[in-house]
Amino acid sequence: MTPEWIFGLAGVLAAAAPLLIAVIGETFSERAGVVNLSVNGAMLLAAMAGFAVAVRTGSLELGFLAGAVLGALMALVVAFASLTLRQSQVAVGLVLALLGRDLAYFLGNPFMGVPGPRVGALPIPVLKDLPVLGPLLFQQSPVVYISLITVALAWVWIFRTRPGLVLRGVGERPPAAFVRGVPVTRVRYGYAILGGALVGFAGAAYTLDLKGGWQGPISGIDGIGWIVLAITIFGGWHPVRGAFGALLFALLQWLSLVLQPSLPGIPSQVLNVAPFPLMIFALLLTNLGNTEWVQTALSRLPESSRRLALRVLRSLQVSPPAALGTVFEEE
Amino acid sequence: MKVEMRHIYKSFGPVRALQDVSLTVEAGTIHGLLGENGAGKTTLMKILSGYLRPDRGEILLDGKPVRFTSPAEGLRHGIGMLHQDPMDFPAMSVLDNFMMGHEGGFWLDRRGARRALQELARQFGFDLDPDVRVDHLTVGERQQLELLRLLWRGVRVLILDEPTTGISAPQKVRLFDTLRRLAGEGKTIIFVTHKLEEVEELCHRVTVLRQGHLAGEATPPYSPQRLIEMMFGRPLPMPERQPVPPGEPVLEIRNLVVGDHRLRLSRANLTVRSGEIIGLAGMEGSGQQLFMRACAGLVRPWEGSIRVRGKDLTGKPYHAFLEAGVLFVPANRLEEGLIPGLTLTEHFQLVYPNGRYLIDWEQARAEAQRRIRDFSIRGKPETVVEALSGGNQQRTLLALIRTPAHLLLLEHPTRGLDVESSMWVWRRLKERAQEGTALMVISSDLQELMQYCDRIIVFFSGRISEPIPTEELTLDRLGHMIAGRGW
Amino acid sequence: MKEVLLPRARPSRWVEFGFQGLSILMALLFTTLVLLMAGAPPLEAYRQVLEGAFGSLKRATDILVAWVPLMLVTSGLLLTFTAGLWNIGVEGQIVLGAIAATGLMRALQETSLPPPLILALAMTAGMVGGAAWASLAGLLKIYGGVHEIFGGLGLNFVATTMILWLIFGPWKRPGIGSMSGTEPFPERLWLPTFPGLRLSPWALLLALLSVALVYVLLRNTYFGLRLKAIGKNIRAAHRLGVPTARYLLLALLGCGAMAGLAGAIQVAAVYHRLIPPISSGYGYLGLLVAMLANYRVSWSVPVAFFFAALNIGSIQLPITLKLDSTLSGVMQGALVLFVLLMQGARARWRSKSVAEQGDDA
Repeated sequence: MTPEWIFGLAGVLAAAAPLLIAVIGETFSERAGVVNLSVNGAMLLAAMAGFAVAVRTGSLELGFLAGAVLGALMALVVAFASLTLRQSQVAVGLVLALLGRDLAYFLGNPFMGVPGPRVGALPIPVLKDLPVLGPLLFQQSPVVYISLITVALAWVWIFRTRPGLVLRGVGERPPAAFVRGVPVTRVRYGYAILGGALVGFAGAAYTLDLKGGWQGPISGIDGIGWIVLAITIFGGWHPVRGAFGALLFALLQWLSLVLQPSLPGIPSQVLNVAPFPLMIFALLLTNLGNTEWVQTALSRLPESSRRLALRVLRSLQVSPPAALGTVFEEE
Repeated sequence: MKVEMRHIYKSFGPVRALQDVSLTVEAGTIHGLLGENGAGKTTLMKILSGYLRPDRGEILLDGKPVRFTSPAEGLRHGIGMLHQDPMDFPAMSVLDNFMMGHEGGFWLDRRGARRALQELARQFGFDLDPDVRVDHLTVGERQQLELLRLLWRGVRVLILDEPTTGISAPQKVRLFDTLRRLAGEGKTIIFVTHKLEEVEELCHRVTVLRQGHLAGEATPPYSPQRLIEMMFGRPLPMPERQPVPPGEPVLEIRNLVVGDHRLRLSRANLTVRSGEIIGLAGMEGSGQQLFMRACAGLVRPWEGSIRVRGKDLTGKPYHAFLEAGVLFVPANRLEEGLIPGLTLTEHFQLVYPNGRYLIDWEQARAEAQRRIRDFSIRGKPETVVEALSGGNQQRTLLALIRTPAHLLLLEHPTRGLDVESSMWVWRRLKERAQEGTALMVISSDLQELMQYCDRIIVFFSGRISEPIPTEELTLDRLGHMIAGRGW
Repeated sequence: MKEVLLPRARPSRWVEFGFQGLSILMALLFTTLVLLMAGAPPLEAYRQVLEGAFGSLKRATDILVAWVPLMLVTSGLLLTFTAGLWNIGVEGQIVLGAIAATGLMRALQETSLPPPLILALAMTAGMVGGAAWASLAGLLKIYGGVHEIFGGLGLNFVATTMILWLIFGPWKRPGIGSMSGTEPFPERLWLPTFPGLRLSPWALLLALLSVALVYVLLRNTYFGLRLKAIGKNIRAAHRLGVPTARYLLLALLGCGAMAGLAGAIQVAAVYHRLIPPISSGYGYLGLLVAMLANYRVSWSVPVAFFFAALNIGSIQLPITLKLDSTLSGVMQGALVLFVLLMQGARARWRSKSVAEQGDDA
């Protein structure tokens, strides 16, 4: 018999899968210097549209494709507005986040509660029978496999390939990349759109896999996009650390469900939402070392303990791609 | 490869950076491009490398006309440029920097690149660790890395923009040897500088630019007098330095230790008296900025005390320093000094409010008018600061220094200014000193420091010298100390 | 280097109008496409929205009922925008204002205090509640280095949770808690309205006062000038002696107070109880209003009115055309998006024309 906690953890992996994909998408986009704040709207719209397309065509593949295309389109708008039209990325991203949400609810109205196709589990032969690892990893839906492969591929791409080196350079110092012959703006467009497509795919995964259907405002997808942005920061724009953040978030959500019966004093609503403030707390930790009062406090410590405190803070701290959110004008 | 640029014009908005400039460089020679700050040297070279596009004019390589729309195309034609501020990626490793932009397969060939880097480094006698992050290198080493990278890419025309700023003397000797050797191998080298002695030492021919125009050409033996005339149009007046009798102590620093995560400065003791001008010399990043920011209350010291006119300000916030009459004027005018989007009137109101809550805009405008006149700023009260020229922005910064000021801390007050504006700035600063203000100035222009400062403190990678009276110093000795010798 | 003043290009008024008109046209085109995708007759839908907003005097005054909180929130946001802050946490600040007002009214409703006093105290409590919530986002930013967008969003989630917990927990209706909210207050604790209408003259007055206050603050005071300096360049403002941390916090406190007041008015004048969607999304909508008004107080008044009209006009859509009422959100979002894009296009067009002028000179 498989112990229950393994099923629980397998569920955590499943719940984290769309998060992982979206975090990797946003990581790509931000490493190229484009902050795409529209993630929340894009995921909702992609979730609705992916489901609607799948219902109409009966094809899950087309559903995922529709989600990815919509996500890419929204990223294209952000990229165009900021890279070509020099408008604030924050403003455009925010407007799209709100617009995407309203569009999803408006257009998704007829699809609320409609039965539709759903991705099933795809156990992998032989591996699925492994003890512990089998039920944990190899009896999952294809989305889970895709998410784990995405993380691995993203790491290889960023740190082991020539285009990945260029991506890191563009995020670090666009003019320097430009003088080395890199078409900076084109690269930024490319990764913003790729990132958007991954975010859209992740959105579609909610309705086509994880939640199974579109429930309008009570689908439980609203808000996830903001968490994706927070995890991207928490992950320090590193795919593996970002994946760790996504898993941590899913784990916290699961724990809040599991702990509910044993903590009767705390209303369930509080526990359900607990991971969100915890995410802020995590952001707080990653930023603390940069703040003035911490520096001041540190300067009062004796030399030896200051060194130690600095080291601890540094290990938590993340430094964003230096060119994040800036525009670069090619002459 | 022979390089010809013919009748190049380039404007930035209303500013005409280049007008009808032509340049011919023969293959296998080192060609100097001489001119003071703002003469248009860098603009001309950015056009040759493809970074900028000319408004008019043509470029010929070995007699064939070419037209670049990006540095990528310049590189494809074998033209590489070493920018004054090294165009590299500080947060990445030497090896990653070396590979960045190099063509090749999909997978990164780290091993091959490492071999190439080590081989090239060995040929030229450079010592570069491929795994170290670039922000841990000296400017000279970063330049060596860029040089090797360009050679690896197979450039045939090498442009160096002020390559000797911020590098040590031995590094300079090595650089010059390397350039001579490359020219001997048939590479075309264009050497941009504003230093005469470098032209004399190195260049086979020199072209001089002045205010965006071609001022003339010369071949060895060079006549320094003639070159200076070409550069400035007239001989430079050398103002006299008159020492001020030192007054009361304004700033007293005892056992001060400052540091950040990269640098820890040596223990410092210093007394600055009213009317004194102290120069802080050193290569960029040697600790002088950190030291000055500690004196301004922007960086908290780790140890020691800072007293201003007898009052202990150690560990107090920036605003306490402001109130004590310590005023800091940063180098990045539009990033740290002024507020783009705000008018001159609004700037003056921020610093000299003429009321507590409500602003009387009419009165504010009249006051702004007066300050604009006093500081001969070319602008109107409703002009936004980013529309001012660099010189006028610097004047505005000086106009924004509150009175009474007991201690003025200035970072690169004349950087990027033309000669006339620089002299205006220094006149103003001298006046302030005569009124009894103590001044501390960071500058990378050693001549300027020698000319105006009473004492000079030298910084070298965190080490702080005793303040040396200027009359005991020579330009040569100062240059040596900055490079870490003769301490 | 020559010392030349950059001329500020002045494209003709007609070009400006042309760009503005074009963005409205594109937004309309976009919404029409969306309506067609939803299988709805676009013209009929627009007619219904118009009818729903201005069909009767009562509906027209309902627009003002929606305009009051929206304008309060927008006024507050103009303070934070001026200081360069993206106060997305404004949503939670409305909620906390509503919670604080409700709490105070619940505590005092059984006492013999005169109702006007209780209502005045409730408004004050709302302002304090909103400001306190805003200060959390401010402290997180200033002392924790957490960007206000993320701090604010997290606090919004927490605020929503709080309201649910209160409605289903300590403040639940006799019997069982439900999404319909807390037990309604007795009628004497309702903010008085015009006879026969839902519009309260007091609420209207408070909104007008807040607009006037922000207008004067930003235009004629040192407080406003310092906020502007911080918003444009916080480092330089600090070097020039502006106590930046204090002013950032003050901007957030001001915004929170106005948002909290909006929440309190929603409780005391509109719903007469605490309901889960008490903010009605006015926080996010206020962000859009401020952006569309290009962060100007004077323009934000009509823009807020227009947005409020769209909201009121869409209420009937689910009944008349079986469409979701989020159509108003789609129209508002599309409008702001296309105006932003057109602003960019116009700036590009302008810089090109300046470059050409430079060439001719």
